[in-house]
Amino acid sequence: MKLSRSGGIILSSKKLIEEEIERRNFKKGGEVSSKLKSILRKLGVETQIIRKISIITYELEMNIIIHSKGGKITAIINNQEIKILAEDKGPGIKDIDKALQAGYSTAEDEIRELGFGAGMGLNNVEQYSDKMEIETSEDEGTTIKAFLNV
Amino acid sequence: MKLSKVVELLEAESVFEKYEDLEIETACGADLMSDVLAFSHSKTMLLTGLTNPQVVRTAEMTDIEVICFVRGKKPVLDTVQLAKEKGIKLFYSKKPLFESCGLLYNSGIRPEKLHEIE
Repeated sequence: MKLSRSGGIILSSKKLIEEEIERRNFKKGGEVSSKLKSILRKLGVETQIIRKISIITYELEMNIIIHSKGGKITAIINNQEIKILAEDKGPGIKDIDKALQAGYSTAEDEIRELGFGAGMGLNNVEQYSDKMEIETSEDEGTTIKAFLNV
Repeated sequence: MKLSKVVELLEAESVFEKYEDLEIETACGADLMSDVLAFSHSKTMLLTGLTNPQVVRTAEMTDIEVICFVRGKKPVLDTVQLAKEKGIKLFYSKKPLFESCGLLYNSGIRPEKLHEIE
């Protein structure tokens, strides 16, 4: 349990999950989101918030599986917000503006056959978060942070 | 409308031996899981031609309780196992997606609300 100071209020933050995601391991796709969902249920978080977080985490998890060389998902909660952090090892997003356009996707047919790669992933994350931040570079990969007020 | 009535209308078969009957008020038909994630709110039934385990994962994340595979498709074993684990009811129908949706709409099942999580 870490204590941090924000706006004069002392908030205790807790890490709910920190899980490695393997590149192209579709069979495991959704396991991390599912695990987080059951943790949030046990914590008694409101159903609508859980659903939003589940969708966000699932999209980010599938993004790491589909597009990256592998990465990690971390979820942290404090008494104001939940932060979902998706970090990958590259190759980075070439054109963020395009990646955020609904319907734009670089996914190949194999991915589309799974029902993904429709170019809605980041839009969904943005739509369901209260705040989203993206940092990306070709050398260091991509970090997406999604914040939800609780 | 009761799920048992929906099953009758779609001439669908249950993947599992037994299922608990429940009220179906809204449904969606899609083969793109990201669209389901974008538009679904709770308690909808999903009609889809996709049969892989990601369909069940998508249902799990959006609290969809019933999936009906259309166009005569049957789910693969991994999909069935995951659905069993998550308590999601699976059915399959020979009818195409368009006809299945039409039949349910005509019988009073309504589309989900778009861009809104309830």
